[in-house]
Amino acid sequence: MNTGIAAEEAVRPNYLNVNYSIRSWLLTTDHKRIALLYLVSISVFFAIGGALAGMIRINLLTPYGTFVQAETYNKLFTMHGITMIFFFLIPSIPAVLGNFLVPMMIGARDLAFPRINLLSWYVYILGGTFTLVAAVSGGVDTGWTFYTPYSSTYANTNVIMTALGVFITGFSSILTGLNFVVTIHTMRAPGLTWSRLPLFIWAHYATSLIFLLGTPVIAITILLVALERGLGIGIFNPALGGDPLLFQHLFWFYSHPAVYIMILPSMGVMSELIACFSRKRIFGYEFVAFSSLAIAILGFLVWGHHMFVSSQSMYAGMVFSLLSFLVAIPSAIKVFNWTATMYKGSIALKTPMLYAIGFIGLFTIGGLTGIFLATLAVDVHVHDTYFVVAHFHYIMVGGAIMGYLGGIHFWWPKITGRLFSEAWGRIAAITLFLGFNLTFFPQFILGVMGMPRRYHVYPPEFQFLNVMSTAGSSILAIGYVLPIFYLTWSLLKGARAGVNPWGATGLEWQTPSPPPTDNFETPPHVPEEAYAYSLPEASRG
Amino acid sequence: MAELHSQVAHQFENAEQQREASTLGIWAFLVTEIMFFGGLFAGFLVYIIGHAQAFAEGSKHLDLTLGTLNTVVLLGSSLTMALAVRSAQQGNRNGQALFLILTISLGLVFLGVKGVEYAHKFEQHLVPGAQFRMEGPHAQSAQLFFSFYFAMTGVHALHMVVGIGLLSWLLVNAWRGKYTEEYFTPVEVSGLYWHFVDVVWIFLFPTLYLVARHA
Amino acid sequence: MWPTSLQSVFRWFPEQASTVAGQVDALFLFLVAVTVVFSGLIFFLVFVFVVKFRRKAEDERPQAIHGSLPLELLWTIIPLGITMVIFVWGAHLYFAMTVPPAAAMEVYVVGKQWMWRLQHPGGQREINELHVPMNRPVKLTMTSEDVIHSFFVPAFRVKRDVVPGKYTSIWFQATKPGEYYLFCSQYCGTSHAVMGGRIVVMEPADYERWLAGGVAAESLAAAGERLFTRLGCSTCHRADGTGRGPSLVGKFGKTQRLTTGDSVPVDETYVRESILNPQAKLATGYAPIMPTFKGLVTEDGLLQLIAYIKSLKMEEKAQATP
Repeated sequence: MNTGIAAEEAVRPNYLNVNYSIRSWLLTTDHKRIALLYLVSISVFFAIGGALAGMIRINLLTPYGTFVQAETYNKLFTMHGITMIFFFLIPSIPAVLGNFLVPMMIGARDLAFPRINLLSWYVYILGGTFTLVAAVSGGVDTGWTFYTPYSSTYANTNVIMTALGVFITGFSSILTGLNFVVTIHTMRAPGLTWSRLPLFIWAHYATSLIFLLGTPVIAITILLVALERGLGIGIFNPALGGDPLLFQHLFWFYSHPAVYIMILPSMGVMSELIACFSRKRIFGYEFVAFSSLAIAILGFLVWGHHMFVSSQSMYAGMVFSLLSFLVAIPSAIKVFNWTATMYKGSIALKTPMLYAIGFIGLFTIGGLTGIFLATLAVDVHVHDTYFVVAHFHYIMVGGAIMGYLGGIHFWWPKITGRLFSEAWGRIAAITLFLGFNLTFFPQFILGVMGMPRRYHVYPPEFQFLNVMSTAGSSILAIGYVLPIFYLTWSLLKGARAGVNPWGATGLEWQTPSPPPTDNFETPPHVPEEAYAYSLPEASRG
Repeated sequence: MAELHSQVAHQFENAEQQREASTLGIWAFLVTEIMFFGGLFAGFLVYIIGHAQAFAEGSKHLDLTLGTLNTVVLLGSSLTMALAVRSAQQGNRNGQALFLILTISLGLVFLGVKGVEYAHKFEQHLVPGAQFRMEGPHAQSAQLFFSFYFAMTGVHALHMVVGIGLLSWLLVNAWRGKYTEEYFTPVEVSGLYWHFVDVVWIFLFPTLYLVARHA
Repeated sequence: MWPTSLQSVFRWFPEQASTVAGQVDALFLFLVAVTVVFSGLIFFLVFVFVVKFRRKAEDERPQAIHGSLPLELLWTIIPLGITMVIFVWGAHLYFAMTVPPAAAMEVYVVGKQWMWRLQHPGGQREINELHVPMNRPVKLTMTSEDVIHSFFVPAFRVKRDVVPGKYTSIWFQATKPGEYYLFCSQYCGTSHAVMGGRIVVMEPADYERWLAGGVAAESLAAAGERLFTRLGCSTCHRADGTGRGPSLVGKFGKTQRLTTGDSVPVDETYVRESILNPQAKLATGYAPIMPTFKGLVTEDGLLQLIAYIKSLKMEEKAQATP
């Protein structure tokens, strides 16, 4: 492991210092720079989404909704959902870590289509701008789910503009997915067979399949809502014989797989972190790899579990329920395999590993509460209550975001060439974990008690748990803000990182930190399986 | 006229890899387009089951002659496109230019005919909304049919416009001699896109003009 | 704004006030047990491994363990088995929760932004409240005037969306007198959170007293009969079948053959559709001459007409018995 840092490291040309002009950043085709463009933009949207969440939680401190009016509250939760899902979670790991690492992990100089990669970022910015303009010029209050006929006929807010913003941003996802699929298929280094690929790559491949197959469906669905609202060309309007449930089917056909877009990349990160910090090959590599594909495929077959009480046929409900149980199994297989990886490993509790362990805990609870929702008779009671809100936040925040942050910390030395403060890293991870549980666990209870979601006021006996949840959210916020400080600090004053500070396997750890523009000084070739931790040092450079 | 320097982009190892990537790329993109149009076809299918007669009535108001003409025009344009690709394959600059111009022209004819059809629909008060008027007992549900008609043919027409833009750009480059026997991937890729847009029409035409009519 | 009579102390579960509530809670608790066991197992193992296999030296290099097929099969098949048990249990209970018993008391519900209108068969109308007798199955037939709403009674563990343009139904049998929250649980606009109310479950005797005690209202069916005449339906739909339209006596609950050759059940949905879009499913042997009554009759009116047409069924039976 290279720990000695020579002074010439600091001035060695790398992708960051090769050109400092703004033009070189805004017109870059370097996947690593594009990853950083995304990092900055999604962080901005995360801050906006987080602020909206803060306002929601403040309003819910009292049962009588004294912080904001009903109309405002409805806009807050709508925009919180849209911002977090479309502008933060869906791009997060793929657009930042995926863009940076996919070419490096397979030994390529860049993605297959670098200009399309840059285009995807501009499309994202355009869609985000539309949505922000819609937000500040009146907002939208349909819920992120845009159910008709409220969204297509009755709402009095900026539905069309928001719908167009989301529509445009979808193309950003499609282009990213396309790039990843083609790159992984055609540009692997010599010796890098499919069975030697890092599990991060398998995860991104499966995610990209969903990007390609699912996103176009929500694109056309949201376009139809915009057409119905704008031109009266209505297929969801019951007054014309249209069926509002058709919207729900089309919407959830994408939006269920979308949740797998949000978690699969995080699971890919998990495999990398656990392997490195247990210093062991992932137990059951093939099973973990194929479980990603199984989740992607099965994920397209379960959308009706969002519609058990919608007046969907009872028999359709039973089919969707059965399939929803099946899709849970591959996720369980992953958790078991990660745990088994730690058995007889050499475990170091560095910051990324704390995030990984946190992920295992929170994702397990989140995933198991999904079982509650797949159970027909139970879902009738908890559907559209805070139980669902708690469930998806456990997966999205407890799972996806922990994975994102774990990955950011893990690859930070590679991306920036700097080491961050381990002590602060651990403090932030633990703060986040505690704050998260305090925020969202009470919401399971609230849901079972009967508190519906999207309520700006509620019966007074629900107040105690709401106050606990809001208190937790302030601690959670600290956990998110801390990294901004110590990571920024590391850019200015952090120790310079060597080639492989964590002692990990993988092609990205065989090139300097930060990497040169073309990633590798000499083109790599791959003689062995992934996660070859048990082999002597010499073969890992 | 063939360029001597390498046309292989820096991220690729060789021309073979570049061609493989470009081909896989366009096919992956076309899959997304299938899903995009698929949503519309799925919706149409769901509704025609419950509203067969209304859809039949609506369909009878479509101009079968113009629709058939457009189908022939588009099929012809696929032929000229294929010939353009072949010219590129042979390094034939004049052939490329000629066939691309023909393809673009046929595409414009298609759009023109579509415009005429839309104008007719406006005049006949068959655009869904407050102005909609159709005789017969199925008027209300027929609005659903026309919503699909405009949404599906409108989205298709948008793809045609993009295609024409793409081919125009290709024409400029072809005239500059950019595509040779060694490197004509952009022509191939654009050809695939154009054929796909044609294939979507091959599904749209029977669905809207023929099947519904006899429902 | 919430009725003070409803506010209660903190409780983990809402009261169990219906026949299914206890069964739903039992299944729920089983799921809690499964969750606790599996997450406990994982947490325990992770904790033990982190402690036991803590890195002791920087150059420590553990043995590579590729995997174990028996273990993979074990931890695939056991969860699969458990989830299948849960699926069957849940689906079975769901079936019972969805299919109402035959002799359920019918109540009609119209949801709109932002209130509930409920009508008893005897004509009693309620706003945001529903009085029901204990120990009798009650079936609600519901529709919306505008957007999608949802009828949610936590204490009964029942919920169903209320959709414009169609009828949806929900049933329950209350087992405990008292008052229970009614919530709208599908976001429907500005006042979604306050579109609630209460279900009042009464002892049967009290319920009868309540029914009689209100303003003397005509029954739903009687109101429907008045509307049937006023709108001119009786002109064509003569009871003896001599009119230009079919007689409706005894039609509800049977099947109707259409001009297309298909048959449809004559239920609430078919009747509603035939009033608003008469030619959509035309009865065989009749000309397409019935005008649409869209815009001329409200959702409440439609429910009254349906109640009336349903009552014609019973009249025929009464006539048939000697």
